[in-house]
Amino acid sequence: MGAIYIMWLREVKRYFRSKAQIIVSLGQPTLYLLALGFGFGPVFAKAGAGNYLQFMAPGVIGMTVLFSSIFSGMAMLWDRQFGFLKETLVAPVPRLHIILGRTLGGATVASLQGLLMLVVCLIAGFRPVHAHAAGTPASHDWLALPLALIFVGMIALVFAALGASVGSTIKDMQGFQVLMNFLVMPIFFLSGALYPLKNLPRVLSWITHADPLTYGIDGLRGVLIGSWQFNFGSQFNFMLDLCLLTGLAAIFLTTSAWLFSRIEV
Amino acid sequence: MIRVENLTKTFDQFTAVKDISFQVDAGEIFAFLGPNGAGKTTTIKMLTTLLRPTAGHIHLDGFDPWVKQREARQRFGIVFQDPSLDNEQTAYENMELHGILYHIPHRVRVERIEQLLRQFELWERRNDYVKTFSGGMKRRLEIARGFLHTPKILFLDEPTLGLDPQSRNQLWTHVKALNEKEKTTVFLTTHYMDEADRVAHRIAVMDHGAIVAIGTSAELKARTNTDSLEGAFLALTGTSLRDEAASSTDAMRRFAQMWQQKR
Repeated sequence: MGAIYIMWLREVKRYFRSKAQIIVSLGQPTLYLLALGFGFGPVFAKAGAGNYLQFMAPGVIGMTVLFSSIFSGMAMLWDRQFGFLKETLVAPVPRLHIILGRTLGGATVASLQGLLMLVVCLIAGFRPVHAHAAGTPASHDWLALPLALIFVGMIALVFAALGASVGSTIKDMQGFQVLMNFLVMPIFFLSGALYPLKNLPRVLSWITHADPLTYGIDGLRGVLIGSWQFNFGSQFNFMLDLCLLTGLAAIFLTTSAWLFSRIEV
Repeated sequence: MIRVENLTKTFDQFTAVKDISFQVDAGEIFAFLGPNGAGKTTTIKMLTTLLRPTAGHIHLDGFDPWVKQREARQRFGIVFQDPSLDNEQTAYENMELHGILYHIPHRVRVERIEQLLRQFELWERRNDYVKTFSGGMKRRLEIARGFLHTPKILFLDEPTLGLDPQSRNQLWTHVKALNEKEKTTVFLTTHYMDEADRVAHRIAVMDHGAIVAIGTSAELKARTNTDSLEGAFLALTGTSLRDEAASSTDAMRRFAQMWQQKR
């Protein structure tokens, strides 16, 4: 247990020590929120789909968590280069504990980033609301915020574990670039963070439903503004998203533990 | 303390270590010498569970590191050829992290960290980030860390590479002192013959993946009819240069170094 704790602590300490990094990494999602949120607002409203800022705020929160968590896993690449990885590889603890500590640490950091982004969204004018019938005014729902944290945490865990699997596999910077372009960006763009997933072309619809982040964003948007992608009722949707994310987290954690245990240097 | 039988490691076509056998007794300082690419580091990696041998057996204090991995790992400490510290944490935090990974109880940990940091003259700098340390200080910290969990065996893979004579001298004084005080078996590799001559009880010379000679410094000199260990070494391994192919890891390491300097 000590190993899990100390590896977790290492990630969290590193986060709080680089305060500049905290601000910088909120820059990109904030740009998306402001430029796209206000830029596409009029078109979105004209299409009868409501307030775009309300719609995309859960998307940029998900985006922040995605980037932060997946990079925490890939930070293993740096530990490999700067040598610290070896110190943990020869330690007399199961490698499962090492990777678990790292992943939980990365997920904690990503959740904190997501929380900060939520605050940024609230400042920009986003308000959590109850689902409401057309024509009636929406009422604010501050109780949705704790529920949203569940999904922030689950997105963080799923992608920290995915990042750790990738980090255990790739060995150099070129691989990192390739993954950035062919894994992280598609996961983000195909998740429904920026546009509704209804009435899409069939192939695109399949792809979006195979994207793990889709269910995280759907959960966030569901609890925050009461809009779910399936018409099964909010409770069923909530459980569906949560179960899928939990399953994916379990699969990715197992994969990363297996890949990490096989590292030779 | 260390027993190696017919150890072999093959990478694809290339055999890095060919069927080597040797034994190191408890409390001994044992040096592994050899030109670049002789297989020294590969051997250390196999001994320290970082690389799986193709064939052969290893016993560390009676444990096969590939069967009783955790028991074996608890029993050795290692200082790698290239640094393995966490630059973003302080010297003390690096020691603390090591102590927790090696299951040292809290009270012993606190005492021993202080004792070792004082001995290696790092106590005053304990709350500074490792990234602000000089090469010599980082090495000292790594060696102090290697001793923290009172290992029975300490592996040192070219620990004095890139250090000035003062740091080298001091480092070996510490290692010898701890070897005598705590009866730690030391297994080291180096390119500096004078160091091996000074600290090692016995020396093995390795070339092209095989051990070509093994014995005390005096025995090696007598065997080759030379008057220095360097002469004996050249007589055993020849004078031709060895070129190692640069791997992508080396390229990355250079990149990492540039990156570090930039900050």
